[in-house]
Amino acid sequence: MSQENIQFPEPLLQEVARQIAKFPEGKQKSSLLSVLHLAQAHFGYLSEPVMDYVARLLHILPIEVYEVATFYSMYDIKPVGKVKLEVCRTGPCMIEGAEKIVAYIENKLGIKDGETTPDGLFTLKTVECLGACGYAPMLQAGEKFHEHLTEAKVDELIEQYRKNPIANYLGLENYGS
Amino acid sequence: MSETNPKFTVTIDGQSVQVDPGTTILNAARMIGGDVPPPAMCYYSSLKGSGGKCRTCLVEVSKGSEKDPRPMPKLVASCSTTVMDGMEVKNKSSEKVIDARAGVVEMLLINHPLDCPVCDQAGECHLQDLAYEHGKSNTRYEFERRTFDKVDIGEYIKLHMTRCILCYRCVYVANQLTEQREHGVLKRGDAAEIGTYIEKSLKNEFIGNVIDVCPVGALTDKTFRFRSRVWYTKPMDAHRECKCCSGKAVVWMIGDEIARVTARKDQYGEVKEFICNECRFEKKGKADWTIEGPRHIDRSSVISANHYEVDAPEHTPLLNKA
Amino acid sequence: MDRKLLLEHIGVEGIHTHDVYRKNGGYKAVEKALKSMSPDDVVEEVKKSGLRGRGGAGFPTGMKWSFIAKPEGVPRHLLCNADESEPGTFKDRYLMEKIPHLLIEGMILSSYALGCNQSYIYIRGEYMFVLQILEKAIAEAYANGWLGKNIKGSGFDLDLAVSTGAGAYICGEETALIESLEGKRGNPRIKPPFPAVKGLWDRPTVVNNVETIAAVVPIVNDGGGAYAQIGLGRSTGTKLISASGNVNNPGVYEITLGLSVEEFIYSDQYLGGIKNGKKLKACVPGGSSVPILPHYLVCKTATGEDRLMTYESLSEGGFATGSMLGSGGFIVYDEDQCIVRNTWNFTRFYHHESCGQCSPCREGTGWMEKVLHRLEYGHGKMEDIDLLWDIQRKIEGNTICPLGDAAAWPVAAAIRHFREEFEWHVKEPKLCMTKNYGLVTEKTFETVNG
Repeated sequence: MSQENIQFPEPLLQEVARQIAKFPEGKQKSSLLSVLHLAQAHFGYLSEPVMDYVARLLHILPIEVYEVATFYSMYDIKPVGKVKLEVCRTGPCMIEGAEKIVAYIENKLGIKDGETTPDGLFTLKTVECLGACGYAPMLQAGEKFHEHLTEAKVDELIEQYRKNPIANYLGLENYGS
Repeated sequence: MSETNPKFTVTIDGQSVQVDPGTTILNAARMIGGDVPPPAMCYYSSLKGSGGKCRTCLVEVSKGSEKDPRPMPKLVASCSTTVMDGMEVKNKSSEKVIDARAGVVEMLLINHPLDCPVCDQAGECHLQDLAYEHGKSNTRYEFERRTFDKVDIGEYIKLHMTRCILCYRCVYVANQLTEQREHGVLKRGDAAEIGTYIEKSLKNEFIGNVIDVCPVGALTDKTFRFRSRVWYTKPMDAHRECKCCSGKAVVWMIGDEIARVTARKDQYGEVKEFICNECRFEKKGKADWTIEGPRHIDRSSVISANHYEVDAPEHTPLLNKA
Repeated sequence: MDRKLLLEHIGVEGIHTHDVYRKNGGYKAVEKALKSMSPDDVVEEVKKSGLRGRGGAGFPTGMKWSFIAKPEGVPRHLLCNADESEPGTFKDRYLMEKIPHLLIEGMILSSYALGCNQSYIYIRGEYMFVLQILEKAIAEAYANGWLGKNIKGSGFDLDLAVSTGAGAYICGEETALIESLEGKRGNPRIKPPFPAVKGLWDRPTVVNNVETIAAVVPIVNDGGGAYAQIGLGRSTGTKLISASGNVNNPGVYEITLGLSVEEFIYSDQYLGGIKNGKKLKACVPGGSSVPILPHYLVCKTATGEDRLMTYESLSEGGFATGSMLGSGGFIVYDEDQCIVRNTWNFTRFYHHESCGQCSPCREGTGWMEKVLHRLEYGHGKMEDIDLLWDIQRKIEGNTICPLGDAAAWPVAAAIRHFREEFEWHVKEPKLCMTKNYGLVTEKTFETVNG
């Protein structure tokens, strides 16, 4: 991606403005996390030019963006698949069989935790507690929670996402991209 | 004056001192001096916001104040806890403190390489001193240590992240001394690192001070790296006319040559007057400087063992009187 | 039968919309407060109610509110902590998803009480779908005049917005939350100064959990006195419990504080007992951070009294034989679960979530994880158990924020109560890879303390 191609479409710029307007004047940095979510959803991941673009949008230093983007686990600073399958691995999910679900997906897609399928469609990632402990095991894809997972349910999900790969995070159709 | 600005009395390890309200326990201890002050690896008095992170300066508050004498339930970071009138603090006299500090030192060392003989900071490393005073001779950590490649951040500064203890001092330097901070702390937890994200050089004219504030060998001066063990060099107070900074520095001589230039540090290893890059990196000729005389180094380390001032008894260092 | 104060209308079709919520008595508390109560009256009712922070610490809410500094001309802020990330806890998500207007109504009341005109809900980034529900509900609240300028002619203005996290448990710590809301890394601040004096943008700030803020609605509706009548002793009111693990009916329950733990686990009205007819092995009653209790200390305290779902009873016996109510993340383990594996899993979580600012937590959590991993996979040594004990001891109490304690306590409790299971992992390195240890033998109070 070259510097010039890094540009939000107008509807997304309006969304950025709405995020900034949530805060008093001069406190636009407060919208950084939200704007990074938008950037990741639109550009696929947070490359260095994307982060620099966000810094310019919010009138902050690039290092302030790098520091934040590398701190929070939801941000991808490397390319990922179109659909991120994020399987919760923490305590309650583990005792309900999360490890088996991870192994099943690894086997089915032929990738390990953290890897992306060669066609660039799926990335598998194990994550820490997503707040679905009573409905374990579970995974998050995009912004959707899929709970009470079974192997059959995983098959179904993967089939569904193969047909209709969703973008990572945020219903981007809301912003016309 | 005394009515409008009453002093607080605080007692640390049995020694009392009167200080202004708002003074931290650590600074009160430094006013008492001797071996009363707790060690500090991240706090740096001239850097606003620094402190509280390394936890080496933890102390026990055995009496909160005259008004509320209850002890504090947990050990507190002396660098970021202010005194109350009548407060009683235990540093070296508290077993809890000694035990906790040994724990902190052990934590700081589990991922720090124990290769002091080949580290350029040896002899003036605060972690080395701290480990000697508070650490154990064996390590209980049996796993692979975190390592990073060495990187050049610009022409003059070498970053060896493997040695970093994440004190954040260099970030505060960039925040407070330079106009545009270009480096910071990236990632989190024990994967956190100091970096520029993309390999950038730090260009600001005061950025060289990150070397002086670094308590370990993570940020070193490329113009001096491995030219000499620091204890073979001879520190001399020197000054020059500089448009950018005070021009007051210490030049470290090998024979008749200036091997490196640093700012002047007090007995806690702290710089009070930062110097510019030009003075630090580019003025290495003897003619560039007016040499005042041997530098007295107070801080316990192999450098101070040399006692250079024996050669020049008439010299009284300006900055080092406690 | 439990009183339902928060989830009373949860089954009503369309309760997430303004109109249905309103028809079911919604925003009555706001009308009441704005018409007939001063801000201080609201604070007074909350104090009277005995409400304690529902996020985990259990600090009296009214008292927390009374600490807020009120310097002339400086705006104050109320922040709702919706960064629910404590393993085992999913009640706030449930509440926000199902009945978002209850939280908004609580935010209006609490902001009014504290004199805040700009309040925020900080929600974890993974709850993006909940954020969208909240934003819709907030828009409805604005459209119906519950938010904005001069609310219902009272002269009180309030703007409310939702802001998001992006994957960091630490942002549930209030000063880390504030940093994050300022668009920074979630590094907890050194206290003092406390948020009540210097919080968001250095202004006086109160941070309260979702459930705490929602509870202000019934307190204003029925009066603090009436709320205090519910519950037991200093554990007043109702509490949302997130139940997970090996039980028949996991999920979110609103219980009256004082319910017996035995009834909660075994009654069909609640968890319906252990799944597949198995035996109870252990329970973590308040989220992953609180000490795990072995089966013989779950339903009874060490002195043989019934263990109750209250702040006091769950902590009866201190850490030696008790635990904490915490966030109400109630995780149940059956006889087939491995305590070493679970402890390793939790420690991996804390290692992953440590912000890395202070040395004991940054280095200690990773060290503990590695030692636990070694034990779990049959490569451990007997000394590892004491080593773990020593590492957690050196983390606890010595860190900037409570994450250090949260990482240390589960390890300490697991060793305290399940030491024989740890030792078995060392003695039977092959066996421990193929089967689990089963139930631990009961210890007497004296052995536990010794």
